[in-house]
Amino acid sequence: MDDLFELGEKKMKSRLIIGTGKYSSDALIPNIISESGSQVITVALRRIDFDSKTDNILDHIPEHVQLLPNTSGARNASEAIRIAKLAQAAGCGNWIKIEVISDNKYLLPDGFETIEATKALVKDGFIVLPYISPDLMVAKRLEDAGAAAVMPLGAPIGSNRGLRTRELVRILIDEIDLPIIVDAGLGKPSHACEAMEMGADACLVNTAIAGADNPGTMARAFAKAVQAGREAFLAGPGATSEFASASSPLTGFLE
Amino acid sequence: MGIIITVNGKKETIEENTRISDFLASKKLNPDKVVVEYNQDILNRENFENSVLWENDVLEILRIVGGG
Repeated sequence: MDDLFELGEKKMKSRLIIGTGKYSSDALIPNIISESGSQVITVALRRIDFDSKTDNILDHIPEHVQLLPNTSGARNASEAIRIAKLAQAAGCGNWIKIEVISDNKYLLPDGFETIEATKALVKDGFIVLPYISPDLMVAKRLEDAGAAAVMPLGAPIGSNRGLRTRELVRILIDEIDLPIIVDAGLGKPSHACEAMEMGADACLVNTAIAGADNPGTMARAFAKAVQAGREAFLAGPGATSEFASASSPLTGFLE
Repeated sequence: MGIIITVNGKKETIEENTRISDFLASKKLNPDKVVVEYNQDILNRENFENSVLWENDVLEILRIVGGG
């Protein structure tokens, strides 16, 4: 039986969502999408800079891919709502990753404003995916507000430090009846694999792939790690024990 | 005589009776690839042709870029 990832109204094979920021050229993106096998891709919305000529990133994203615009740059709920509507008008569809940040050092999300923005955008018919600190009560409020998933951070955005929030993410997996997508901080495929082994539903990776010497190969490595972690979770890891337990029979040989 | 509008936070002098579609063309922007906020309201693309800019109007012109 196929193990599909249900998100919004979609059922997908891939459990790796990739970001499109920080690439030296947008022209690299088709290869990253193909190597990662990702079916959901994040993008952002920015003011046009009339002084620099840049091409359009949407020209590099295949049509079958689900766009997930984020509200980066929003410092409060009303700015997040405004950006979500602009992204929809720009042709990105009705999925939105809520990201409300006013802390410039650690880029940690504002849970209260995120909940307010989620409530409003769910009412407006958006599929809302909020980026949060792994806080159980914030996640519960978001579940009540109609979020389609919650996206707890593994470590601060772009830090590549791995699943530092392990214990709190584990509690969300246990308690929240929504897809849990670990977003931010995953720096190596082993970090993503660990999150998936714990029972996370998907991972979102940007910096670790964009910042690799060979982004295409790193995208493929992340895809394999996410898949391996998922299969290990489904397989059910065996028990751990403090002492040795022989793997070969200890009796019946050379008595 | 020109009129002064604000575009992406900067003052700019344009000719009277400039339509949004004219303004985008003057900046070599493809109207299908931008989103325009006109005096705080999102403007549908169909209305670019029939929206004329006035003194003190505020435009935000945005596009999709890479992001995480």
